[in-house]
Amino acid sequence: MAKVIFYEERCKGCKLCTTVCPKNIVVMDTSKLNQKGFHPAGVSDMEKCIGCAFCATICPDCVIEVEK
Amino acid sequence: MGQKLLMKGNEVIAEAAVRAGCRHYFGYPITPQTEIAHYMAKRMPEVGGVFVQAESEVAAINMVYGAASAGVRVMTSSSSPGISLKQEGISYSACAELPAVIVNIVRCGPGLGGILPAQCDYFQAVKGGGHGDYKMVVLAPSSVQELYEMTVEAFNIADKYRTLVMVMGDGILGQMMEAVEFKDKENIVAVDKSWAVTGTGMKRENNVITSIYIKPEVMEAHNNKLQAKYKLIEQNETKVEVYNCDNADVIVTAFGTVGRIVKNVIKTAEKEGIKVGLIRPITLWPFPVHAFEKYAQTPKAFLSVELNAGQMVEDVRLAVNGRRPVHFHGRTGGMIVTQQEILDKIKEIIK
Amino acid sequence: MATVFKKPHALKDLSMHYCPGCTHGIIHRLVAEVIDELGIEGKTIGVSPVGCSYNNYEYFNCDMVQAAHGRAPAVGTGVKRANPDNYVFTYQGDGDLAAIGTAEIVHAATRGEKITTIFVNNAIYGMTSGQLAPTTLLNQVTTTSPFGRKPEVHGFPIKVSEMISTLEGAVYVERVSVHDIKNIINAKKAIKKAFKVQMANKGFSMVEVLSTCPTNWGMNPTEALRWLQDNMIPFYPLGNFKGKDLEV
Repeated sequence: MAKVIFYEERCKGCKLCTTVCPKNIVVMDTSKLNQKGFHPAGVSDMEKCIGCAFCATICPDCVIEVEK
Repeated sequence: MGQKLLMKGNEVIAEAAVRAGCRHYFGYPITPQTEIAHYMAKRMPEVGGVFVQAESEVAAINMVYGAASAGVRVMTSSSSPGISLKQEGISYSACAELPAVIVNIVRCGPGLGGILPAQCDYFQAVKGGGHGDYKMVVLAPSSVQELYEMTVEAFNIADKYRTLVMVMGDGILGQMMEAVEFKDKENIVAVDKSWAVTGTGMKRENNVITSIYIKPEVMEAHNNKLQAKYKLIEQNETKVEVYNCDNADVIVTAFGTVGRIVKNVIKTAEKEGIKVGLIRPITLWPFPVHAFEKYAQTPKAFLSVELNAGQMVEDVRLAVNGRRPVHFHGRTGGMIVTQQEILDKIKEIIK
Repeated sequence: MATVFKKPHALKDLSMHYCPGCTHGIIHRLVAEVIDELGIEGKTIGVSPVGCSYNNYEYFNCDMVQAAHGRAPAVGTGVKRANPDNYVFTYQGDGDLAAIGTAEIVHAATRGEKITTIFVNNAIYGMTSGQLAPTTLLNQVTTTSPFGRKPEVHGFPIKVSEMISTLEGAVYVERVSVHDIKNIINAKKAIKKAFKVQMANKGFSMVEVLSTCPTNWGMNPTEALRWLQDNMIPFYPLGNFKGKDLEV
């Protein structure tokens, strides 16, 4: 089991993380806006996370921390 | 009694820098100052220093920017066209408050000009050839001995105020040989350089050397800080030679080599019953306005003699402030004023 | 559970100003991760350019110097020559390095200055809003090649890594990209090797990193990565141009 933490206030809504998740669980959280006015990225189903850190690797803004 | 040698001006500048603790020199060939680089190429390795011949004067001033950011005493030298190329780097260094010594052995201009001596870079040096409100201390030696003393002093001033200091000679000074007496030990003023980028060692916050402050309030505050520094330098570092001015009929203003020519004219004029004084700014910036406060009412007129088409004369007029007429006599193109020309001009003025 | 991925120490804990999806952010992180992993943050000095990353001195935790446009290799030379035990990197864009700064990068390389240059090539001027760069591709539309780059008007793009690798003093030159996970990992390896080349005092090292500019390319970040792959890589082939087998 792995866990992903999103520092949502840092996210600029670029969506790159959503394009690389092998489990397709990284999605934009359209239910809220951060201080910058973006829908922050998040994980829909944490159980499926394998802690590969692909999302964090492609994130240009250090929004994502991964634990495993 | 230090070591007394017969040496070429350019080489004395280089030796003075080494004696002042400069261990980093970045240069580029251009007549008439290239012997500075020759000398440094040999001397720096002897003292464990660094000599780099840069790919251009632009690169050289930016290497100076880097080395000064790292807190070492550093120098570059060039001549007029090369100094023009360095102006952007000079403006950046002034804004980043980097201590460094820049030598300009002036040659005639404008353009590629010629390789003979001139003083036509006065405006560029003191009014600022680079962009923005900045000042640079400009020292104008008139002898090889003064080249030595002022180069050493330049490093102290640079470090004391975190400012640029230009030693501005001319082709005559750079190329001529004169006796020079070196001190046994130089007066090297040690200063705190904890601001320098030497690596945090993980023991301190990181240092940043920059010349950009994107927020206007911050940039204005920075400008005010620079201007306050320049006021301080004006109070403490202004240097001038006042010679034979008490109740003089005419007071001549001249800097560098021309100051020496004028001293001969003063002797000749004395024999013809004409009392001529000399005000010789040694710091071109800060300009010695106080000397003119004292003598503004003394002579019938002032006469500025320069190897250019009339540059320092403007600052003399500002300092005299209309209290007396200020005349000008100059030669350009590498031609040197003669004593006779100056004497004739003086006679014409007091007729 | 252990943390397997987090912001490197060498990057300050603050948000960067780059446009959403701009890969500058990734490259900054890779440089910072390498600095952390080599344990050299306390001895490293970075030189910022003029361009989008002009103020990356605000983002790194090591000592930083901001350089005039194109002059970072000269400033880096000065910093390194002043304290040779320090590690110096310049971080420059294609306008900074391959336009105004061509002489400085060529001569720093040919002098074998023991500094590392991170050269970010996004084929356009970003900060000043999308002008033609020396690395702009033929037919690429920019604000100063509005009908597409034409050789007879704008000349040809420069392959910097190939050019620099011809210089003796440049001992390690590699071109990488950050357009997908595999390449990001590979880019980090190259950046790490470049720093190790410097640490081993071997000579000049440079990593050219193909990068995107969603804003000025007029694409969303994901399309931009695709465009890079389909258009830039064919013209700017990835790989090592010098020092492949250099032992460090």
